[in-house]
Amino acid sequence: MSIADTLRGQRFFVTGGTGFLGTALVERILRTIPESTVVLAIRPGRRATPLDRAMKEIIRNDCFDRLRDELGDAFADEMTRRVVAVAGDVSQDGLGLDADGLEQLSRCNVIIHSAAAVSFDSPLDAAVEINLLGPGRVADAMAAARAIAEGDGRRGPDHLIAISTCYVASTFQGEAKEHLLGDHRFDVSVDWRDEVTAARRMRADLEAESRRDPVQSEFTVRARKELGAAGSHMIAIRAEKMREDWVRSKLVDAGTTRSQALGWPDAYPYTKALGERSLVERHGPKSASPLPISIVRPSIIESAVSEPFPGWIRGFRMAEPIIVSYARGLLKEFPGVPEGIVDVIPVDMVVADVIAVAAHGPAPDEVAVYQIASGVRNPLRYGRLVELVQAWFTERPLYDDRGQPISVPAWSFPGRGRVQRQLKRATTGIDTLEKVLAALPLRGRRAMLSTQLEERGAMARRAMGYVELYGSYTETEARYRIDRSLELFETLDEADRTTFAFDPGTIIWDAYVNDVHLPSIVKHARVRTAPGTQVMADRQDRGRANVLSPDRQLAVFDLENTLMASNVVDTYAWFASRHLAPGARASFVADLVRSAPQLLALDRRDRGDFLRTFYLRYEGASVEQLRADSWELFSEQLLLRSYPAGFARVREHRRLGHRTLLITGALDVVIEPFAPLFDDVICARLGVKDGKFTGRMEELPPIGEARANVLDDYAAEHGLKLSETVAYADSASDLALLDAVGFPVAVNPEARLASIARRRGWLIEQWDRAEGGASRSLPLGRLDRSPIGLPRVVGR
Amino acid sequence: MRPRPGFVLEVDRSTPPTLMWKGEGFGLVKLPVGSRVVYAPEPFEALDDPEGAIRHALEHPTGESEPLSALLRPGMTLTICFDDISLPLPPMEAPDIRQMIIEAVLDEAASAGVDDVVLIAALALHRRMTEPELRHALGDRVYDAFAPHGLLLQHDAEDPSNLIHLGVTKHGEDVEINKRAAESDLLVYVNINLVAMDGGHKSVATGLASYKSLRHHHNPETMTHSKSFMDAPASELHSANWRMGRLIRDAGVKIFQIETTLNTDTFPGNFQFLQKREWEWSLKDRATFLAASKALDAAPPKMARQILHSIKAPHALRSVYAGEVEAVHEKITADVWAQQGVAVAGQTDIVTMGLPYISPYNVNSILNPILVACLGLGYFFNLYRGKPVVREGGVAILFHPTRPEFHPGHHPSYIDFFEQVLTETTDPVVMHEQFEEAFATDPWYIHLYRTGHAYHGVHPFYMWYWCSHAMKHLGRVIIVGGDPATVRRMGFHPASTLDDALEMAKDVVGPDPTLTHLHTPPLLLADVT
Repeated sequence: MSIADTLRGQRFFVTGGTGFLGTALVERILRTIPESTVVLAIRPGRRATPLDRAMKEIIRNDCFDRLRDELGDAFADEMTRRVVAVAGDVSQDGLGLDADGLEQLSRCNVIIHSAAAVSFDSPLDAAVEINLLGPGRVADAMAAARAIAEGDGRRGPDHLIAISTCYVASTFQGEAKEHLLGDHRFDVSVDWRDEVTAARRMRADLEAESRRDPVQSEFTVRARKELGAAGSHMIAIRAEKMREDWVRSKLVDAGTTRSQALGWPDAYPYTKALGERSLVERHGPKSASPLPISIVRPSIIESAVSEPFPGWIRGFRMAEPIIVSYARGLLKEFPGVPEGIVDVIPVDMVVADVIAVAAHGPAPDEVAVYQIASGVRNPLRYGRLVELVQAWFTERPLYDDRGQPISVPAWSFPGRGRVQRQLKRATTGIDTLEKVLAALPLRGRRAMLSTQLEERGAMARRAMGYVELYGSYTETEARYRIDRSLELFETLDEADRTTFAFDPGTIIWDAYVNDVHLPSIVKHARVRTAPGTQVMADRQDRGRANVLSPDRQLAVFDLENTLMASNVVDTYAWFASRHLAPGARASFVADLVRSAPQLLALDRRDRGDFLRTFYLRYEGASVEQLRADSWELFSEQLLLRSYPAGFARVREHRRLGHRTLLITGALDVVIEPFAPLFDDVICARLGVKDGKFTGRMEELPPIGEARANVLDDYAAEHGLKLSETVAYADSASDLALLDAVGFPVAVNPEARLASIARRRGWLIEQWDRAEGGASRSLPLGRLDRSPIGLPRVVGR
Repeated sequence: MRPRPGFVLEVDRSTPPTLMWKGEGFGLVKLPVGSRVVYAPEPFEALDDPEGAIRHALEHPTGESEPLSALLRPGMTLTICFDDISLPLPPMEAPDIRQMIIEAVLDEAASAGVDDVVLIAALALHRRMTEPELRHALGDRVYDAFAPHGLLLQHDAEDPSNLIHLGVTKHGEDVEINKRAAESDLLVYVNINLVAMDGGHKSVATGLASYKSLRHHHNPETMTHSKSFMDAPASELHSANWRMGRLIRDAGVKIFQIETTLNTDTFPGNFQFLQKREWEWSLKDRATFLAASKALDAAPPKMARQILHSIKAPHALRSVYAGEVEAVHEKITADVWAQQGVAVAGQTDIVTMGLPYISPYNVNSILNPILVACLGLGYFFNLYRGKPVVREGGVAILFHPTRPEFHPGHHPSYIDFFEQVLTETTDPVVMHEQFEEAFATDPWYIHLYRTGHAYHGVHPFYMWYWCSHAMKHLGRVIIVGGDPATVRRMGFHPASTLDDALEMAKDVVGPDPTLTHLHTPPLLLADVT
């Protein structure tokens, strides 16, 4: 009987359906098994129900394009009828299934457990919860479901297929047969229960340590360094994020260390291996609660060779980032031996094997293990792969930021140690440069330079990560036998051998690499494949189109260095010098220059304190005089230092019907001439007594974190949504403001903001002063020659 | 020695290279043998007693008008309007002619017991003048007597409370001008007639008008039919202004018009060589030229600009008439032609012009690309009577670096015009229909015009319209030394040398073209037969 007929009308319970393998599996079942139903166990999202997620993350994937075409208009109905989603989570005991979920499970025939923490750098405890404990939990749930079914006089699920990995047998030299672990000659006996306890303990210890000094304070110090005067709240948020990252990275390291100590290259195969062991121990034939179980172990899963279409892939996996890094010229070397075998297997073959196992059914009194890998039957030599990749990218190079083709280096197959040393040197160099640049007060295009460097640094560090993580996989000397899978394949009839092809012997590696895998990678990597700077321009255009969509409601602007190259010190200098005698002007400038370093330091620490201190200088100045002068200041200084593109942007927002708001720490008198540009202005105000400024601010100035609050109030008052708000600012001290809105834009960002903006994918605008505007020296006011003797006011 | 008239030189092998302005600098260019160079007449002698001449003009009016003293009486309202920063070019050495005339008028007013006097700078849609500029035009005495009391005003074409609608001409043109000026018992207008198009009814009808009124003649249609602006009978711009001026007169606005001509003494002391004929340069002239041209080339544009804009012209009063608008204007225009006119026989295939650093709209500012176009195609091209110097379908070759530089305080709407309009169209008619209104009514530009020192939002359009006639007439416009991207955006062709430009021009006008170079400044008016 054909596979389709055997499985016709069956219900499949699938975990990990949103993953790479899971998606392909779900698609293939729905497309090739008539009247089949798929029940998906999916973690509910924060706002999305499991069904929403199933539709959005699985059914809408391009994996389903073929089925969509085949079914046409009937597709949506068909999917609704045949796809069921229940809330489920393999990291929880009982899978987090509710009564309904369990009931659904009890009505299924086959359970395919494909959920896993596949990332090779998962934190140890997460890998343990999912990979080690997951299979046992699924089996427990199966047992519970069978009990329910029996109570109802039904059979319940009668086959659990657990997806594992060939690498549970590690990468040691020698044959790795399709046997359960423990039969292996290098097996190290550890009790999986102890490993679970230790991993959980490790998490608790690290969480505690991260909250204690000296570790805890270090985060705050680093966050302050990174964000500058962004305000204590933003710094707290950042520091907490750093703490979480620290714990995570410690747990990743712990995972790798422990795995390597036990002979596995990293936490993934280690936890998968113990997961298999715990499954067999608790539900294998010799256990108290035996269940019909099969295990399928693929090697490294890569893009589809033909189903649903050649090259289909989901997410960036293991070889992809390495290949892309190489093509971008970042990875100059990768360790490996030319004659070593890179054991990859196309995803559609894994899927076909799993379905064939399902059709074949469980083996009696045994946990059957099927491996699906290419290394023995049709090896892809590492040297050949490198040749193919190099030739391919030499013919079709990627392009750098300037639109020049990147030439790919020739690899010399060095040892892992040498590559690591090389990369280490590179990252150290970049780190040092980065530190130097971060210390300089850069902004705008120059700041972007430092973020480019930072980007390169991040890439180099990532490349180093790949080498550390995956190096051992190119040095694999284990040979994964697939006799049982092939035996199964032999039993298939002619038609099924085509429909469910999983004989790796049929893969023609050159064609696969050249015509299937590399084109697919390049497409997914969103890299430049053509000369010119189009990609960047497109991204900018998209960002701008977003910001200028009619759906936006409010556009908020910072003033200084966002709309003009000026600041409170310039303004003050202009005012003050306007009424000084020439001699006094000179000493005034000297005085201001002398106090500049202190002012600068204060500004870096806390903008609020800086303004409070600085505005004291206005004490005793005549309000009338300053108001009159501010119009001159506006025409003679501020406009000349303005960014015309910024002004044009404000007006474009207004034309689009967006409300526009200026939020600035500048004084109200200074802002007056700018006011008509905006619908509203929120600025700093000084107290006034007898027509003279007191030098003290009346209320908290709208700077730093206060801006977010001010904006909150403003939006609420006018019934505007922050999610539909655009904010323009230049400095990390505006982070709270930028964070609060749906569409943040970094304008001429200083280094810290530039790096944040780049990381978060914010729109970055470079607005320049008009060619012909004023230059950047200390601005002095044109001497007031008024003979009617307006009082000399400003200055102390 | 009598100043020599202008003349047309034919370049031969022995002709020394010709002085060529190129923005904030100048050089010598070897023109092809056979080219013609049109030289301006030498500056006329200054009047010996300008104050006396002014007093004489005020008391011996031209046309149907009583002497100024007879028009003044106690209790009346008197408004004195004067031309703004756009005249003369370059600004003249102190005392400015406006100061001299206004002081004379104020003396008369004081002795007649007039105490309600207001001064108004007739800006039209130009930028407001700064305090130093006003002080320069009026002198400290006048400034300090009026400004602190709010009696020195600058015309605000966007202040509805100070505009009055006087009627509609039979051509359907709205006439809306400054209310204070219109409602005064006497409006004295002080003109500097730098070129033949200045003065006449244009003074009040344009200088004191609102956008609503100006748009009737500042549009592509009128500008295309003004051939040229310097020749009033052939200028649709002037016909419209004359219709409006007569309506203003008939509405009962009493105008006492004062017009003046200056001689063309344009450059002071060391810079005198700039208005001399090259083969007459002395050793000192040559040395100065060498030093100045090298220094300006080496200086950053901003510094070169500062140096050149500090030049004050030794312009001197040549003639002054006062009285009835049309009669005064006729006499003055004849004087302008006498000083500036040069007879040129026949048109040419190619006209070359060296564009200097200054135009009416960038005094103390930047000659931005749009003003470059306007100076070449709106002004220099139109310095003719009869027919343009260059034949229809001919080529104009301009010399100017044409950098995309703008003064953000003076020309904010120009920046947006350059970025938003010229990227879409260079056709005056299309931009008039699709873009003008949005710029003209933009509240931010209006704010900057009214409170800052910015030209009105619509002004860049007007500058482009000034070029309409030339753009329609010419087969190609080439800018030698111009920034390629900027030049192309304006629909012109960049060239790096005159030779390149000539090759490019030959594609349009054919081989062996005739070439005429306008050797200006100093100003000249070509009487083309």
